[in-house]
Amino acid sequence: MAGCLEGECHFLTGNFKAKKRVQYVKKVLEELGIEPERVEMFNLSAGEGPRFAEIATEMTERIRELGPSPVKPQNAA
Amino acid sequence: MIVANRKPLAEIREMVENCDKILILGCKGCVTVCNVGGAREVSILASILRIARKKEGRLLHVDEMTIERQCDPEYIEQVKDRVGQYDAVVSMACGVGPQFLSEAYPAQRFFPAVNTTFFGGAIQHGVWAERCAGCGTCIIHYFDGMCPIARCSKSLLHGPCGGSANGKCEISKEVDCIWDKIVRKKMEEGHLKDLLDPKPPKDWRTARDGGPRKSVREELVQ
Repeated sequence: MAGCLEGECHFLTGNFKAKKRVQYVKKVLEELGIEPERVEMFNLSAGEGPRFAEIATEMTERIRELGPSPVKPQNAA
Repeated sequence: MIVANRKPLAEIREMVENCDKILILGCKGCVTVCNVGGAREVSILASILRIARKKEGRLLHVDEMTIERQCDPEYIEQVKDRVGQYDAVVSMACGVGPQFLSEAYPAQRFFPAVNTTFFGGAIQHGVWAERCAGCGTCIIHYFDGMCPIARCSKSLLHGPCGGSANGKCEISKEVDCIWDKIVRKKMEEGHLKDLLDPKPPKDWRTARDGGPRKSVREELVQ
């Protein structure tokens, strides 16, 4: 989840609300025994292309390390 | 409104453990207002339960529906065609909902998905506080609109106890001593003497002490 920099959102509080919701989703995933780090909130501005690419790479690597989702039928326990 | 909290996920999962097909039934009344059992929360719980089951490798069919209220027979009637098709119906209404449903459809199993907590209101977004104990004989006019039954930890009616310190209750620094507030307000208004008037003992028969209650309005009964 990518949101604006905190305090710099055109919609004022949208990114703060999103942050709390992402935290909630993480909590739910944890309760379900699914790695909460599969979801993450990042804050960056629209002008930060290189940072976006960096985050995309970081998340891709993270997910690759965690492996396929256990919720997909073929991966189910 | 009636305030509730969703039950822990583990408890709900245990209830539906042996089910393959369930309906999650929301209510557009109080539980929608306190963000615990309206259409949005029904949808969230449905997704969570589906994911939980997928992870176990066995599917759970979850249907979603939200009705106007679960505490009125005419709205309960709306689920008539749906009940009977499910291993269980999980109600996200307050404790009244699953009971009304069970009474109307005795052959269907109903589970509660929320813990009903108190009568209260939102003191800020996401925070609700108790304001009424439903004692059946309101006396808040004696106390400038503050209820010592619901808001004093001991439900004292004749002033603060020795546990009141700096405006807080001895049970927690987070809890205001309502008697401190009542006395201060009376002092500000110059009405402190109101509290000196002896009052007859409260009639608790109208509260839960009198057993399960029923309210009959003759002019409405058909």
